[in-house]
Amino acid sequence: MPPTTFNAVLLLSSFLFTIGLTGVLIRRNLLFMLMALDIMLNAAALLFVAAGAHWHDATGQVMFLMILALAAAETAVGLAIILALHARGRPSLDADTGNLLRG
Amino acid sequence: MNTLALLSGSLTLLGAIMVITRRVAVHAVLYLVVTLLALATVFALLGAPFAAVLEVIIYAGAIMVLFVFVIMMLNLGQPDREREKEWLRPRIWGGPALLSTILCAELIYSLSTLPQQTDSFSPLSARDVGLSLFGPYVLMVELVSFLLLAGLVTAFHIGRHRMENR
Repeated sequence: MPPTTFNAVLLLSSFLFTIGLTGVLIRRNLLFMLMALDIMLNAAALLFVAAGAHWHDATGQVMFLMILALAAAETAVGLAIILALHARGRPSLDADTGNLLRG
Repeated sequence: MNTLALLSGSLTLLGAIMVITRRVAVHAVLYLVVTLLALATVFALLGAPFAAVLEVIIYAGAIMVLFVFVIMMLNLGQPDREREKEWLRPRIWGGPALLSTILCAELIYSLSTLPQQTDSFSPLSARDVGLSLFGPYVLMVELVSFLLLAGLVTAFHIGRHRMENR
């Protein structure tokens, strides 16, 4: 049973990446920017898994595991930076105000 | 095209759009969890059950818990919500959205003219992934462990300074 065509998955992945990029561009709240980054990483992971399924190679899923670890590290560091910014008395999570980080 | 794949793919896109347009952070996290679960369904339909399970356990489980935890600690209020509302006016995003819709239609049209080849459906099990992961890619596993260690040290460093400043 062939559920999908490769072109359809390519289209879904590019749409997902574009939505994530739009999220990074239009939101200034750091939390939302992190979530949009996660969406973009998921789009890349979907592309790797789809390519692995297309050529029937396990390398795609190996790359998916690497992206998973990368996303975990990125989210942990990003949320730590958000907490550090918030702890210095910043009332909002506006990304434009956080251009000085003496850490 | 299969109805299941179409349904889960459109759920993924819908959830992602809802994530970037919500004003309250917790609502966005809920939609992000829906997006990740739908994406896990897409992975399972693509014949990658191991990737689907990892997506649910690590992404929708562990990473989203981090988000919820930080949102609970931050306790964001009304001013943030008002500012985000101010910046999400249709007058601002209308023009770029129209232009990119034209580009998107062009992309769909050009992809539909390409020859459609359906994949031969044969799942890649966790055994294949493990053999590949610890065979030719074992150096990459070590590098990823360095990356995770660097992330851990960085998070600890930033958190330590925060406690000392109080």
